[in-house]
Amino acid sequence: MGSLLTPELLANIGRTAAPKKELVTRRDIRKYAVATGQRVQKFIDGDEAPPMFYIPLFWDVVALEQLSPDGVSMDTLIPEFPLKRAMAGGLEIEFYQSAFPGDWLIARRTLTDIYEKQGRSGPLIFYQVTMEIKTVAGDPVLTEKATRILK
Amino acid sequence: MSRLDQINTGDLLPGREYKTDNVQLFFYNAVLWNAHRIHYDYHYATQVEGYPGLVNAGPLMGDWLTQCVNEWLGDDGQLQSLQYSNRRASIIGEVLRCCGRVLSTDQDAKTAQLEVQVFNAADEVIIPGTATVSFY
Repeated sequence: MGSLLTPELLANIGRTAAPKKELVTRRDIRKYAVATGQRVQKFIDGDEAPPMFYIPLFWDVVALEQLSPDGVSMDTLIPEFPLKRAMAGGLEIEFYQSAFPGDWLIARRTLTDIYEKQGRSGPLIFYQVTMEIKTVAGDPVLTEKATRILK
Repeated sequence: MSRLDQINTGDLLPGREYKTDNVQLFFYNAVLWNAHRIHYDYHYATQVEGYPGLVNAGPLMGDWLTQCVNEWLGDDGQLQSLQYSNRRASIIGEVLRCCGRVLSTDQDAKTAQLEVQVFNAADEVIIPGTATVSFY
């Protein structure tokens, strides 16, 4: 175990955020399709959501006063780490079924891992958040595992 | 005959060139409700964060990887999984290229493994990734 990760920090593994339930609408799909430059007609028309549409659907809608000075909203699922500077991370996504206008989807986020590695210029903290998105009937839509790196 | 029968290891996906501008990045971050200043506050991005310009949104380029796969796949199958990492930042106005190639196929599972990447104008990979597609 790395020296930066105290038992108190590691105890956050398994912590979950309150589930979020959102409605997929044709208008929101169409906006997303324009913003991302989609060329597939069913996405442009909003008949089906592009695979990554879940990102805006479940991005936190926060009030202005909840933003930090750089305009970022704080993720309350994440504890305060001793390293602060965020570096590029990675995503692993499993897609199980597409989403369509009128679908209600439920997202559950869990802090699934925290670990430390030695980088070339010092220690790095990695943490992983897993988001499971399902239909209201409980059928899986997709699972996203996002890893972030702090230095 | 399945589309997979016509696909071989090493086949290239058509790919696509992208050049973002302020309008597209505005739309994307508005759709997200993302107010991070590096995407629209030029003074903040360059003077405080030290970027050479306004920064393209990372998940926007992640979406491009799915477009690269889906435009090649058409109605013959579906994207099963995608993994990628944002290795380097890119700046509004840069010409970026999204590419892919077939790494392997599995006739029994009716799947193909793909490499998908975003390159910058200097031909550096700024987003490496892989994807799995399944065929009907």
